[in-house]
Amino acid sequence: MTAVPHTFVVLVENKPGVLNRVASLFRRRNYNIHSLNVGTTQDPRISRMTLVVYTDPAKAPLIEANLYRLVNVIDVQDVTDRPTVRRELALVKVRAPRGLRTEIINLATVFRANIVDATPETLTIEVTGTPEKIDSLIEMLGAAEVLEVVRTGVLAMTRGTVQGKRHLPQGEPAAPAMAAA
Amino acid sequence: MPPKMTGARMLWESLLREGVEVVFGYPGGSIMPVYDAMLDYPVRHVLTRHEQGAAHAADAYARTLREQRKVGVAMATSGPGATNLVTGIATAFMDSSPVVFITGQVAAEYLGTDAFQETDVTGVTMPITKHNFLVTQAAEIPRVVREAFHIARTGRPGPVLIDLCKNAQNDEAEFVWPEQVRLPGYRPPERADPDALARANALLRQAQRPVILAGQGVLISGAMAQLQALAETAHIPVAMTLLGLGALPLTHPLALGMMGMHGEYFVNMAIQHADLLIALGMRFDDRVTGKLEAYAPQARKIHVEVDPAEINKNVPVDVALLGDLRTVLEQWLEVVEPQRHDAWLTQIEAWRADTRRRDVVEKVKRNGGGPLRGAEVVQRLWETTANADTIITTGVGQHQMWVAQYYRFGQPYRLVTSGGLGTMGFGLPAGVGAAIAHPDKEVWVVEGDGGFQMTQAEMATAVQEGLNLKIVILNNNYLGMVRQWQELFYERRYSAVLLHNPDFVKLADAHGIPARRVTQRREVDAALAFARQQRGPVLLEFRVPPEDNVFPMVTTSDPLHRMMRRPDQEPHVERTANWAGAAP
Repeated sequence: MTAVPHTFVVLVENKPGVLNRVASLFRRRNYNIHSLNVGTTQDPRISRMTLVVYTDPAKAPLIEANLYRLVNVIDVQDVTDRPTVRRELALVKVRAPRGLRTEIINLATVFRANIVDATPETLTIEVTGTPEKIDSLIEMLGAAEVLEVVRTGVLAMTRGTVQGKRHLPQGEPAAPAMAAA
Repeated sequence: MPPKMTGARMLWESLLREGVEVVFGYPGGSIMPVYDAMLDYPVRHVLTRHEQGAAHAADAYARTLREQRKVGVAMATSGPGATNLVTGIATAFMDSSPVVFITGQVAAEYLGTDAFQETDVTGVTMPITKHNFLVTQAAEIPRVVREAFHIARTGRPGPVLIDLCKNAQNDEAEFVWPEQVRLPGYRPPERADPDALARANALLRQAQRPVILAGQGVLISGAMAQLQALAETAHIPVAMTLLGLGALPLTHPLALGMMGMHGEYFVNMAIQHADLLIALGMRFDDRVTGKLEAYAPQARKIHVEVDPAEINKNVPVDVALLGDLRTVLEQWLEVVEPQRHDAWLTQIEAWRADTRRRDVVEKVKRNGGGPLRGAEVVQRLWETTANADTIITTGVGQHQMWVAQYYRFGQPYRLVTSGGLGTMGFGLPAGVGAAIAHPDKEVWVVEGDGGFQMTQAEMATAVQEGLNLKIVILNNNYLGMVRQWQELFYERRYSAVLLHNPDFVKLADAHGIPARRVTQRREVDAALAFARQQRGPVLLEFRVPPEDNVFPMVTTSDPLHRMMRRPDQEPHVERTANWAGAAP
């Protein structure tokens, strides 16, 4: 069994404790969460999670099925192999002594990143992109001393009208029904 | 304008609308408004002696009233009251039992302050409930109760907990009963996908050696008739899980009996040699499969399940049919073609004959002597009560397996036992719940001497409620199943399994319960007759050999067909037999 990253888009009811239920499920079933992002959607009753989990591909349907055991989970899509826009935001604080500042700023420009904070000792870079792009910026900054990194975890959205994969037959998709209610 | 009332009254108004007639529970500080309001409602409250007892009783109440789609209700206060429920909640969760647990909680303004008797009960029970609710406002109560009962009884049933803050019980709000349940994320599958069904039916047509594995799902969805029709039409023998016993009467020619770790040899042989397994509402538990890599190696597998998370969890299957079991079997019966598998059934009968030769009871009959055996007591109990309307509850361990092997269940909903969690002490409180659900039936509790002592306080409940409850203790003076494992796998180094037991007859007497001790084979029938004549609780203690074992047995690391059979020589049984006559 080889664990590879799988990306799930999960719609949940916007109620207290739902994040805890999802996290508790993953702990209990011993699934390895790489990143988890939660936020609001256009519908205030629904929150959206993007979950990246390391799993054997054969076990991906089980993760989906277990998520559906949670009453507050409305929809689960596996977007791993689908055309998807994937974005992550990171803030990277580096030590920036006089001799390195220009180089760091040039590097940020190459990555279309912004300098969002500057002090005599440090620069903070805001970068958005795929997780790979952010990895690569941090690697390139290696010459400078990286003091702090914070990353949001990846957000995913399928392209155009493409739908994520639903491993299980789930009857009526719930989200439109909810919107109509 | 909807009527205004306190949250406590709203709770009872809501419970009555869900058809609740009986509540098992134990009062305390944070649930007192609910207990006060209860006096004004037509509800029977059963005061158990421990919250765990209330939980198991509500569980058994629900399991024995499946046909009426009843949900059990157990109630306790916050903190220790709620934590005492936890074993019972986990038991109900593992066995998919529909129970709504209601716990008091400190007032919302004190949540998170470590107030007196405050425990994060929704946090504690999250992994052992199907769903749970924390209610901080009175107005939420009707909707929450409606949703809780809906979730508990539909799909794959399970326990749901409602944690009710004290202010929500005291505050007044308008009572609005929701006409509909609105749970957008809760959609249990109902009908199987027709393409998957066609593939399943094609596998069945090709099969030469099919076996049906009937689990508790058959009982939960009430699919007994559909199971029998499928088995008869396609001529398929039916093996059952522990919780599936009763799915098909054991008198039926196609009924095999229990599979798995302590299943009969011929049943496991049939599974291991099958070329098709049709799993109906069962979950390939490790106690059923033995060593997974060697499980039914030649068999294609069809899994009919309502819970998608069970598909491919332990055993990869060829076809999954998701839906309500009875509905799916009805769909299947529309397309199934008649088949005969005579050669296959002849082979199974040959294995069965070899099983019979080694049977404990057959052996006792042949030899006519030796000590009274636990298996024999259960066999006599079955022969005595088979024609009566009887429910058996058990604890967990050797006595439980003897019940599964020797009480030949002919009807569904007649065995109440803790399968998944294996909760010792389940038997007596479960008997309380079953006896309250079925005052017209004979309810027998079969317990071991160890497990009985875990929950023996519920004897007082049985007396207080005037329950017609027959308690059988198979006393071997040991924690028998642990001792058996120590004998077989730890070189007979017995560690913390010997019990210094009380005098069970005197203990019963202290409760005003008539009791008899049985040490000899010739006393068994008279004791059973004595128990059956009593109205109200009665206790029988049977002294059985301390070093008796449950066979056949498959160890957890062995394939299912590699069984430790019933031995011809049983020196330990003989050697230790004479303790039975000793004083307690």
